[in-house]
Amino acid sequence: MSGIHIHNLEVRYDQVTALKDVTFDIKENEFLGIIGPNGGGKTTLVKAILGLIEPAVGTITVDHQDVIGYVPQMTTFDRQFPITVLEVILMGHLPRTIKIGHRFNEHDKNHAMMVMKRLKIEHLSKRQIGQLSGGQMQRVLIARALMNHPNILILDEPTASVDEKTKESIYRMLKELNKNMTVIMITHDTALMWPYLDRVIYINKTVHLHDQAKEGKTAEAMDTCPIDWFVEGEKIQKELLIGKGVKND
Amino acid sequence: MIEAILKYNYMQNALMAAILTSLICGIMGTIIVEKRLVSMSGGIAHASFGGIGLGYFLAIEPIIGGLLFATITSVSVGVIQRKTKNNADTIVSMFWSGGMALGIFFVALTPGYPPDMTSYLFGDILAVNQTYIRLMIILTLIILFIILPLFNYWKLYLFDEEYAKIMGVKVILLETVLYVLIALSIVILIKVVGVILSLALLTIPPTIAKLFTYQLKWMMGLSVLFGIIFSLMGLSLSYYVNIPSGATIILVAIGGYFLAVITKIMWHKRKHPKEDVML
Ligand SMILES: Nc1ncnc2c1ncn2[C@@H]1O[C@H](COP(=O)(O)OP(=O)(O)OP(=O)(O)O)[C@@H](O)[C@H]1O
Ligand SMILES: [Mg+2]
Repeated sequence: MSGIHIHNLEVRYDQVTALKDVTFDIKENEFLGIIGPNGGGKTTLVKAILGLIEPAVGTITVDHQDVIGYVPQMTTFDRQFPITVLEVILMGHLPRTIKIGHRFNEHDKNHAMMVMKRLKIEHLSKRQIGQLSGGQMQRVLIARALMNHPNILILDEPTASVDEKTKESIYRMLKELNKNMTVIMITHDTALMWPYLDRVIYINKTVHLHDQAKEGKTAEAMDTCPIDWFVEGEKIQKELLIGKGVKND
Repeated sequence: MIEAILKYNYMQNALMAAILTSLICGIMGTIIVEKRLVSMSGGIAHASFGGIGLGYFLAIEPIIGGLLFATITSVSVGVIQRKTKNNADTIVSMFWSGGMALGIFFVALTPGYPPDMTSYLFGDILAVNQTYIRLMIILTLIILFIILPLFNYWKLYLFDEEYAKIMGVKVILLETVLYVLIALSIVILIKVVGVILSLALLTIPPTIAKLFTYQLKWMMGLSVLFGIIFSLMGLSLSYYVNIPSGATIILVAIGGYFLAVITKIMWHKRKHPKEDVML
């Protein structure tokens, strides 16, 4: 368990270079926020960490003992699919090597109930997923990601379609989870998120200005994309971010 | 009709074929509907027509040719879809029309009196023989043995393929197996309800079942049940009124769909008079 090391990462989709010269570490047990404009490469970074996309250049080192739980940005599934909340959450616990005759046993179900209790959704277990609100759905997806006992939880804009109050409660819950695991969260809600995060990185494709950004902390530097632009929660940087409209992009 | 079933061998076969068809359609149809593979299945069904034509041309059992074409189509669509950025629909339509064209082409080249293709287009459940029933039983067993023991994996794959990939489940394996199963099912159905009507039988029962359940296994179970009801009703109607069986079964199924919708609306209106019904 030693965090995630990203070195000189470059990711391409055919002609588009989504990420370039990305080097930074994610520390164990930190609560990391990832911000940046639309198309900046945030989801791409996460997918590369998950091994869903091969880097064109560079390396991502994840300890083999690490278990990553993932809450995707855009749920591609059909909300009318005939499946209940409990079934969706149990899916997170399916062994990856196909097991013939696999059934979920009482132990699995109890574990699922425990996770649901933790996320305060146990009363929804028998609902069809199409009947959930946006915030409830997010909790279900977080529960699914927690089923495998991850020590790293990655969430891609988990609060995109959720009202302010629910957002706060999801952040609090993530903070709670952060006691025993690394939490990496992509978000556009910098203002609301601020109190909860240990660190924020800003991603916009390349990192060529990363040192100036770190030292300069100017609006121009921000604009030209400093990944590795670590913010330790200082107030002026917060204002800078919000002033630059990061919250609204 | 009971006497007829007891008396005539072909009626016993037809009854057996109807039940097996319903089993295949209930299980595979649910998967096809939920994975949105309806147009791909249409493509496979029509492409297999090319193989049937080839069968006539080479003077071998046409269904073997159909099986070959259907399998090639389903696997190719999967591969092409993965390798290119093409919309699956456009590839499917190419196989769709290409298969039909080849079918006509081969039939035209076949020496002698041109074979009657109607039974492959619209099916003839009364012409199903003992050998064919055995073939259907084998296929049904294959489907049951592949779907049931891996049910949780199929459920994950159907519901959220992307997440299955993230979890490290071999999605490509599941997809390939599924496409081959769909190809097998469709070819088997062709003899019973025909190329054109097989799609309806695969999609109508699951669509109705979904009105009444939100669990995948129940959707499959109910689809099988509806399939049996429709095919038996269609069969007896076609027996008494002397109209083509395949077409009758489909029309009964469509009637069943509207009846189910009305039932659901009335039932919902009674329980929640103020809400709109979700279909
Ligand atoms: N599957 C894909 N094929 C081709 N290009 C892609 C693909 N996915 C992303 N891209 C491109 O890569 C770049 C980064 O996309 P990415 O989805 O990582 O951005 P993001 O920061 O997550 O944006 P958002 O805030 O909108 O979610 C964009 O230019 C996008 O167009
Ligand atoms: Mg994104």
